[in-house]
Amino acid sequence: MDGSIQGVSVSAGKGVCITVSIRMRTRVTGWCFVIAAVVLICLFYFYPMIQAFNLSLKSGVGTNLQYVGFENYKRLFTDSNFITAVTNTFIYLIVQVPIMIILALLLSVMLNSDKLRLKGLFRTAIFLPCVTSLVAYSVIFKYLFANDGLVNLLLLRLSIIDRPIGWITDPFWAKVTIILAITWRWTGYNMIFYLSALQNIDRSIYEAATIDGASAFGKFTKITVPLLKPIILFTSIMSTIGTLQLFDEVMNITKGGPGNATMSISQYIYNLSFKYTPDFGYAATVSYAIVVLIVIFSYMQFKVAGDRR
Amino acid sequence: MIARRVFMYLFLGVTAFVSIFPFLWMVVSSTNPSVEVTKGRLMPGTHLFVNLSNLVERIDLVRALANSLVIALITTGLALLIGSLAGYGFEIYRSRAKDAVFNILLLSMMIPFAALMVPLYRMFAWLSGKMPVIGIDTKAAVILPTMATAFLIFFFRQNTKMFEREMIEAGRIDGLGELGIFLRIYVPTMRTTYAAAAIITFMSSWNNYMWPLVVLQSDAKKTIPLLISNLGSSYSPDYGMIMTAIVIATLPTALVFFLMQKHFVAGMIGSVK
Repeated sequence: MDGSIQGVSVSAGKGVCITVSIRMRTRVTGWCFVIAAVVLICLFYFYPMIQAFNLSLKSGVGTNLQYVGFENYKRLFTDSNFITAVTNTFIYLIVQVPIMIILALLLSVMLNSDKLRLKGLFRTAIFLPCVTSLVAYSVIFKYLFANDGLVNLLLLRLSIIDRPIGWITDPFWAKVTIILAITWRWTGYNMIFYLSALQNIDRSIYEAATIDGASAFGKFTKITVPLLKPIILFTSIMSTIGTLQLFDEVMNITKGGPGNATMSISQYIYNLSFKYTPDFGYAATVSYAIVVLIVIFSYMQFKVAGDRR
Repeated sequence: MIARRVFMYLFLGVTAFVSIFPFLWMVVSSTNPSVEVTKGRLMPGTHLFVNLSNLVERIDLVRALANSLVIALITTGLALLIGSLAGYGFEIYRSRAKDAVFNILLLSMMIPFAALMVPLYRMFAWLSGKMPVIGIDTKAAVILPTMATAFLIFFFRQNTKMFEREMIEAGRIDGLGELGIFLRIYVPTMRTTYAAAAIITFMSSWNNYMWPLVVLQSDAKKTIPLLISNLGSSYSPDYGMIMTAIVIATLPTALVFFLMQKHFVAGMIGSVK
């Protein structure tokens, strides 16, 4: 008994020491733990962004740069290539993101229903595209959708079309191909997020709704969508950011062509820096344009999604 | 009711088929000669080894695989170390100043890589003059900018919230130093978190395209995605051979996915919770 009392008092004494020393340690040790990451992120994210701003005020070929003030920013508004790249990116955004999110929602609701068999099989199959690298699937899509590719071949054989569609070579269809490709790659990815969120919804809510005579569609729009709102917001912001950064697919499926019909903003930055005569100053200006777009879009989506913080 | 179920199976079936068809086509095509692929042959052939030997003969696939593997493994190791140290530090030694720094770091997730590309390229071009070992056209140049990501720090911090603090106290009483507690208690306890983080990091490094495209210039340094991209843009493509290359490039990530599907999904979802 003596021992135990002593034990308690000793550990209590130690406890006081520990709390005092913890405060000291928190200051120094804590910073030691995070310092490497903080330095690296400042060095490879924030410092380059400051550099980019500095660059965006200059113009010239290669390393021969001169200060031009905000000339580059003015140039954006009259640069038809930039306007095309922004327009293309917006088309991808406005058409592809909603289609993908609705498709992913529908699939996740179906996969979440109790009576469904072969659930695991369907889920794995639909998620599978996510394991491919963007370059690899882009090359596959490029061949599938080539003028003499398998898609045209099958459509011709089934007499759905009577001459090959220019999936890669026609300005309109090339955009369609890019949209199809991105949708193929990312729908399963988004679906997994919804599926995990759906599993957390209390089943009794649906049962109550069924008793009240709600239709399947009613349950979907009145229960599922509102409850999944935070995760839908998250995925739509992620998709928006992803689409605004689109590069690998366009580069490998269409190379931005025909003409500039499928060129994305990221690809334009790449072209400005490494393909055309390098103009790093103007490329940095276009870079800032994407950052601004991402901030605006994320903010808008937060506003539209509204009420929840 | 029956109509609805039929529709559901049909819808899921078609989507599942569309999702796996390109894979099937890729695998089947890798066993066929180029001519058969263009004719739209959908049955497996016997040309796999011919494609493979063409591939090995014409391009340095093994070297590209080795380059990709070295870069992905080093990146994953370092990123996990740096990210978990920081995530642990931000959560366990919480303070107002550190929270502010953490929030600023999160902002870096909003910066698109395309915006960093030009200044980073210039930074490494400048380094090339000073320290050629980490300059343009080196593995170090690929690895360095991807070593620390706000995403991983965030991921580890979120998961650290579930780590029991009593274990830290116990470690201190046992006389372990703060780093000792991290290495001997935290790391072994958080194995699943590390597994998920490793999968995400390995995959994104293995598949990384834009930065290696900019920074790696000589053929000997090229990684798998660069190689595939080059093959894909050739004027008279040997489809069978290219499909074989893509199958090989996809194999590691597909394997990771099938072997560790749970961690894989947990890693994705865990980032949101």
